[in-house]
Amino acid sequence: MSFFSFGQSAEIDVVLNDAETRKKVEHKTEDGKKDKYFLFYDGETVSGKVNVTLKNPGKRLEHHGIKIEFVGQIELYYDRGNHHEFVSLVKDLARPGEITQSQTFDFEFTHVEKPYESYTGQNVKLRYFLRATVIRRLNDITKEMDIVVHTLSTYPELNSSIKMEVGIEDCLHIEFEYNKSKYHLKDVIVGKIYFLLVRIKIKHMEIDIIKRETTGTGPSVYHENDTIAKYEIMDGAPVRGESIPIRLFLAGYDLTPTMRDINKKFSVRYYLNLVLIDEEERRYFKQQEITLWRKGDVVRKSMSHQAAIASQRFEGSAASEMNAPKCISDIPHLMNAFLTLF
Amino acid sequence: MKSDRILTLLEGQGDMAETIADTRRLYTKPQNLNDAYGPPSNFLEIDVSNPETVGVGRGRYTTYEVRLKTNLPIFKLKESSVRRRYSDFEWLRAELERESKVVVPPLPGKALFRQLPFRGDDGIFDDSFIEERRQGLEQFLNKVAGHPLAQNERCLHMFLQDESVDKNYTPSKIRQA
Repeated sequence: MSFFSFGQSAEIDVVLNDAETRKKVEHKTEDGKKDKYFLFYDGETVSGKVNVTLKNPGKRLEHHGIKIEFVGQIELYYDRGNHHEFVSLVKDLARPGEITQSQTFDFEFTHVEKPYESYTGQNVKLRYFLRATVIRRLNDITKEMDIVVHTLSTYPELNSSIKMEVGIEDCLHIEFEYNKSKYHLKDVIVGKIYFLLVRIKIKHMEIDIIKRETTGTGPSVYHENDTIAKYEIMDGAPVRGESIPIRLFLAGYDLTPTMRDINKKFSVRYYLNLVLIDEEERRYFKQQEITLWRKGDVVRKSMSHQAAIASQRFEGSAASEMNAPKCISDIPHLMNAFLTLF
Repeated sequence: MKSDRILTLLEGQGDMAETIADTRRLYTKPQNLNDAYGPPSNFLEIDVSNPETVGVGRGRYTTYEVRLKTNLPIFKLKESSVRRRYSDFEWLRAELERESKVVVPPLPGKALFRQLPFRGDDGIFDDSFIEERRQGLEQFLNKVAGHPLAQNERCLHMFLQDESVDKNYTPSKIRQA
C-alpha cells in the first residue's frame, strides 16, 4: 500500500463504546478455528468510534468521503460472488475533503434489527460486521470488524413429548420416547426405549445427534449431514419388557439453534438418530427431528433455592418445597443428592 | 391462607425453577419376571460340522452337516439337521442376491486351483482346506439366517430345513399369519 510513497496513507480501526463491558463469545471461523467476538442481540444499539491514523504525520490525506456501514449478509460458498445482504445501514462520517491530522469519528446505529443468528457452516456463512471506509480515487482504505449475534427464544408454550412405536414386522418392535420436542442448547434429553419384541441379536444401542445443513433452492439443493454426537445408551442384549433410559446433556456439544429457511437461503436442522446394532454389525435406526433453541442467560438464584429444587427432583427423596433447607451443608442427605446430579 | 401465598410465590419464579433441568427417568412399566429371566426370543444357533466325503474317484465331493436350533416362530422346525455341499451354498447365495434386497455376504473361496491335477496335497479334500471352508460356511449362514429380510425368503428355509434342495422351486416370500 505504500507504493504511492509520495502520497499519504492511513490506518483505520473501529472501537466499540462498550468494549469494556460487552460480553465476547467464541465463534467458529470458516477454517474451523475459534475466535472471540463481541456479542449482540436483536434491537441493541451498535455505537463506537472510528479512528483514522495518518501514517505520515504532517502530510494531508485526500479522500472522497469516510463512512461506516453495518452489514448483515449471507454468503453461499459455492456462489462467493453474490453476497445476500439482509441488513445494510450506513453512516457518513466525513464529506469528501482532506484530513491533516489523525482523527476520531463517533458513530451510532440505533436499535439495529438483527433478525438472524450468526452462523458459520459447511456451505454457508451468515455474518454481521462493521465496515469503516476511507474512499479514495484509486484504492479505498477499509477495515471490517465482525460481531456475533445470538437469537434468543422464550420457553415454548407447547412442548409435547415424542413417543412412537417402530420396528420391523415380527423381528423387532420398540417404543421410544423423548421427554420434549423442543430443547434449549443447555437442556437434557430425557427419554426411554422400551422393547416390545426382540427376535434379533442386538449387541448395543446408541443415540446420535445429527445436524443437517441445507442450502440452495429448487433443483439444486445441497444437504450436509454431520454427526455431532454419538452416545452409547445400551451395551448388551435386551429382552422384551426391558426399558433403557436416556439422559443426554446437550451442553457438552457444539450446537446451534434450529434455523428454518433463513432469508430463504439455508436451513440448519437437528435430528436424533436412534441406532441399534446387531451381532452381525447390521444397523437399525430411527431418525426424529428435534427443535433446538437458545435460552437467555438466567441470573442464578441462591444456592439454597437450587438445592431445594434438586432435592425435590431426586428420585425417592421425601424433601418438599415447604421444608427447603437454608443451606446445603445443613442436611447431609441433600449433599448426596447434589453430588449425584452434578 | 398461608399455603396459598406460598403457591403464588412459586408461580412467579417459573423461569427460575427451570434453571436445573429435570433429569429424572421417565416412568417405565415394571418388567414381567418371565420376560426378564425366561429364554430370550432371539435364540438361533447354526452349526456347520461333520464334513464327509462321498462318492469315488473324480465324482467325489464333500458334504457338511447344517444343524439349526431356534425358537424363532418363522422357522417351521425348532430343530433341524440337513447335509449340504458347497454348490448348494452357492445356489443359496445366488437366490438370495436375486430375490431379496439383502447385501449377501461372500462365501469362502471356490478354490478352483485346488482341483487341478499334480498337487502335492489332497486338493479340495485336504483336511485343513475343508476345515477352513467349514468355518467360512458357518460364518456365512449365521450372518444370513439372522437377517430379518433373508428370513422371509423361501430359499433360505428350504436350504436350512428341507431334506434336499429343489433347484426347480418357485421363489416366494414366507408370510407369517
